[in-house]
Amino acid sequence: MTHAGNRLRRRDPGALTGIVGRSRSGPRRGYLVRMLLVAVFGLGLAMLVPGIAQAEGEQLAGTLQTSRSGPIPDVDITVETGDGDEVDSVSSDDQGHWEVDLPGPGQYVVTLDPDSLPDDVRLTGADTRTVTVDPGRRQPVNFSLDDGSRGAGGGNVKAIQLLVDGLRFGLLIAICAVGLSLIFGTTGLTNFAHGELVTIGAIIAWYINVQAGVPLILATVLAMVAGAAVGALSELGLWRPLRRRGTGLVAALVISIGLSLLLRYLIQIIYGGFSNPYGAYQSQRAVDYGLFTLTNRALASIVISLVVLVLVALMLQRTRIGKAMRAVSDNRDLAASSGINVNQVILVVWMMGGALAALGGVLLGLSDQVQWDMGFRLLLLMFAGVTLGGLGTAYGALVGSVIVGVFVQVSTLVIPSDVKYVGGLLLLIVILVIRPQGILGSRARIG
Amino acid sequence: MGELLNAIAIAGKSALGFQAVFYALLAIGLNMHFGYTGLLNFGQIAFAMLGGFGIAVSVTNWGLPFWLGVVIGVAASVVLSLLLGLPTLRLRADYLAIVTIAAAEGLRLLFRSVSATPITNGTQGISAFNGGFVRLSPWDTNRRFRLLGTTWGGGELWVTAVGWLLVAIFCLLVWLLVRSPWGRVVKAIREDEDAVRALGKNVYAYKMQSLVLGGVIGAFGGMVYAVATGSANPDQYQNANTFLAYAVLILGGAARVLGPVVGAIVLLFILQFTDTGLRLLIDNGIIPEGLLSSTDVAQLRFVLVGIGLMLLLVFRPQGIFGDRREVMLDAR
Repeated sequence: MTHAGNRLRRRDPGALTGIVGRSRSGPRRGYLVRMLLVAVFGLGLAMLVPGIAQAEGEQLAGTLQTSRSGPIPDVDITVETGDGDEVDSVSSDDQGHWEVDLPGPGQYVVTLDPDSLPDDVRLTGADTRTVTVDPGRRQPVNFSLDDGSRGAGGGNVKAIQLLVDGLRFGLLIAICAVGLSLIFGTTGLTNFAHGELVTIGAIIAWYINVQAGVPLILATVLAMVAGAAVGALSELGLWRPLRRRGTGLVAALVISIGLSLLLRYLIQIIYGGFSNPYGAYQSQRAVDYGLFTLTNRALASIVISLVVLVLVALMLQRTRIGKAMRAVSDNRDLAASSGINVNQVILVVWMMGGALAALGGVLLGLSDQVQWDMGFRLLLLMFAGVTLGGLGTAYGALVGSVIVGVFVQVSTLVIPSDVKYVGGLLLLIVILVIRPQGILGSRARIG
Repeated sequence: MGELLNAIAIAGKSALGFQAVFYALLAIGLNMHFGYTGLLNFGQIAFAMLGGFGIAVSVTNWGLPFWLGVVIGVAASVVLSLLLGLPTLRLRADYLAIVTIAAAEGLRLLFRSVSATPITNGTQGISAFNGGFVRLSPWDTNRRFRLLGTTWGGGELWVTAVGWLLVAIFCLLVWLLVRSPWGRVVKAIREDEDAVRALGKNVYAYKMQSLVLGGVIGAFGGMVYAVATGSANPDQYQNANTFLAYAVLILGGAARVLGPVVGAIVLLFILQFTDTGLRLLIDNGIIPEGLLSSTDVAQLRFVLVGIGLMLLLVFRPQGIFGDRREVMLDAR
């Protein structure tokens, strides 16, 4: 789980490309981006396709807007050379757009007059930017603007926004963690390679979606099928033979770590160390629901997670295989002697775990982009959730994961958001001190 | 042929250099935890990070002498093992595993975060803190020395020599400890905790002592690494290194005093040899660039470690030297 920092840094260039309102971000930083409505600008195209249209001269350009107030006209912008000579002074037009022709490449200082901003919008950063313009280049300049509609006065509103983001994140963790917990319950294996099931799902969906051009929803379904296949394969090809050999639990645990390392770095070799978005649903604006805002894809993520989790619960509660899973989880020998085919149940658990992890991976990739180590970073939060709920209990994993997700998000009220995972991990340690068996776990399991 | 010899020489340097010392010390600590006491510490790299940063931060930020930095590094690792051990040592083995891996990752994130930048210099890391130690070198630090076909700087030679001395000291310490009454209790805990408790021993305290001791040895590993590379960067302390140390331990043989040392030398030789060898094959066009590029080779090391760990535990959990009966494979 490296690189929360990296990830943020990697996202930053996105902020400069001028895709306004795309909440890259996701879950965690999403609210920040939405609130500090960054006024980004300067034709994204100018940056993506440098020098096609404006090859003849150097320019500075930008667009001033926030996603609530829209474009902001009549803001005064002054451009000076590095030596302090004024080049030009302009005002933004009705689209909030401004541009200044430059005498040549070099260093320029762009100043925004804060007094000319509308009353409800203020600058969140400095009012000057120093930029270096390369020959023949149209250089975008951005200023971060806060539209003051929320944030300043609304501690409660911010908490609610974080709560909703946390709920989305927690449900996502829960989807991935149900499989982890059921596998632990039925086989006793603490599967450190479960994070890689998440990554594999996300990456298979990415290849199908972006490389093969299949719509994301269909790609997700295919990835879930593939995830189930990977789960089945690891059970049939690795874990079942190992159980037959009588491999101990600790040995199995270390083997799962070996598998995790092997898969994680293989994925990095094949997929690369980049983070890539899916081909659709990326540039969505946050919809305002009064107390909080949510992009449609975040809303879809919450709904999908809830529906899937309810289906899983119904399956565990009502169907024959679900009851068999709980029985094996509860007491394997007793289940076997009551005529339950334990190996078959375990196979189904692996397939279900793989499919759910793949779905969780796609949802995570949708909000955070697809990365080679996304699953491993999530794994530690899954462990925190599963431990909090009670290792080996399916419903415990649900409850625990949601609490961890919410806790991690809401903790950013008091701690910086680049260390919020640390808060989640601290929570894990505190739980173990207070109630090691977790919320729904039984005392007997903890040793 | 010359290239092959060269690859062997480079691999040999790595197998005898500070990298091997680093993993050997990590693995000696893990041997105390996992091999003798049966504790699953998956966050050994966190102890190493505290050791390395203990020196780096003390010397550069606080202006303290080098030796006080060593003391601070050791003290920090003791505090960490107490923090980790207090909640988990009463629980089943895999709880310690989960908490230690979480703590290692959490600490690394904390060290590289923006809020910690004033102390740890964030992702930039700290450098130039090892001058005081390197100056003590008996070899001329400006000269290059040729050894077995590879060149070593005087400072490098000095740090490596001290590193191997530390390895020898800790091996001796472990050897003396496990032959003592303390060692017998600890090994008994690995075999059957309840039986030891029934004999009236304070199992919790013994486990804690073992955790602290192994953690301190790991911290020294981190110090050697930080001093040898001359920099301390949180991203050097990726958790995959913990598992590389596990591979070292299991390859050499857990619950054997010299297991980690042999494991470190053999494993690092293999890893460095494949690394150099593959790069050679790619440069010469024998492996097509499309199949494997030279930037991927660095990742391949962990793929190999992963495969190695799996194969070892499936087919030969006792490693080269170990005794299968002494390797803890089954938790309660």
